[in-house]
Amino acid sequence: MDSVRSSRDAGRVRLPKAIKILVAGGFGAGKTTLVGAVSEIQPLRTEETLTDRGVGVDDLSGVESKQTTTVAMDFGRITIGDAYRLYLFGTPGQERFWFLWDELALGALGAVVIADTRRLADCFPSLDYFERRQTPFVVAVNCFDGARRYDLDEVRLGLTLHPDVPVVLCDARRRESSKKVLITLVEHAMRMRLGATVAGDTTAR
Amino acid sequence: MTPSPFEEPPDTQWVGEEAGPIVRPYVLTRGRTEPTRGRFDLITLAVTIRSASPRESGLDPECLAIVRLCHQPQSVAEIAAHTNLPAGTVRVLLSDLLDQGFIVLQEPHSETDMHDERLYRAVLDGLRAL
Repeated sequence: MDSVRSSRDAGRVRLPKAIKILVAGGFGAGKTTLVGAVSEIQPLRTEETLTDRGVGVDDLSGVESKQTTTVAMDFGRITIGDAYRLYLFGTPGQERFWFLWDELALGALGAVVIADTRRLADCFPSLDYFERRQTPFVVAVNCFDGARRYDLDEVRLGLTLHPDVPVVLCDARRRESSKKVLITLVEHAMRMRLGATVAGDTTAR
Repeated sequence: MTPSPFEEPPDTQWVGEEAGPIVRPYVLTRGRTEPTRGRFDLITLAVTIRSASPRESGLDPECLAIVRLCHQPQSVAEIAAHTNLPAGTVRVLLSDLLDQGFIVLQEPHSETDMHDERLYRAVLDGLRAL
């Protein structure tokens, strides 16, 4: 898009390329917990100020249609060698922030949708969004203490997921568990984007 | 030489961090809401290529802070978090710093880059090594 700048900069400083993964789900589902479990930095918070530009608002009433909303997102970082940097963004789950999602989802490697079995319906908007946008995603069922351990097929059925979408159990507080969720997502995104030819990764699942 | 009244040492600031910003974001950007050019994704990385001293550069404190911060490459999101500024404000200030030659940018992977198998292999290896 801005080729002048890119080519000018490329020669001078060798910078890693950034990649993003979105972590979505209902309020309290464990988005920030998962980000924090794998991030090399304490999760940070950034605020994005949204205006209604780009939103399909045909409200002509004037002042009140000029809405500005500030949305806070928590994010973390994982350095992948010298070449890549992975950023994980906990995305606000509410439907009215879909405008922000478009910006966030642009260029995203994929998304993790965290399902809280006590409030399974909370992740419907996220599922709808990523399905429609064809962003590769996996569903991570966060096993809270005391929550009944659902059968994964039951969750799949409850969420009416496409058979290709991976569903995994996780404990978002644990690094190993959250790491596995991300690996499942990257493998799934690779299959989706590059086709079956490179899907030779036999995953230990 | 008497010190300028505008250069108070940090410990005499009359508003603490807890009080939040006393200058509204659009004042810092002189009313501008869009960067001069570029898209500036939240994960666009910036790195400083020219140090800025407060006296010579004529930069605002916020811009100086960004130049200092970006001696290590930082994303727009990280800069916003560390400076307590909204991401939209950071984008405008970064475009100024880019125009003035203090920083350079690295745009993130585009949707088309997402078809590069090496990227997936590298990320998988990196995650497994965590």
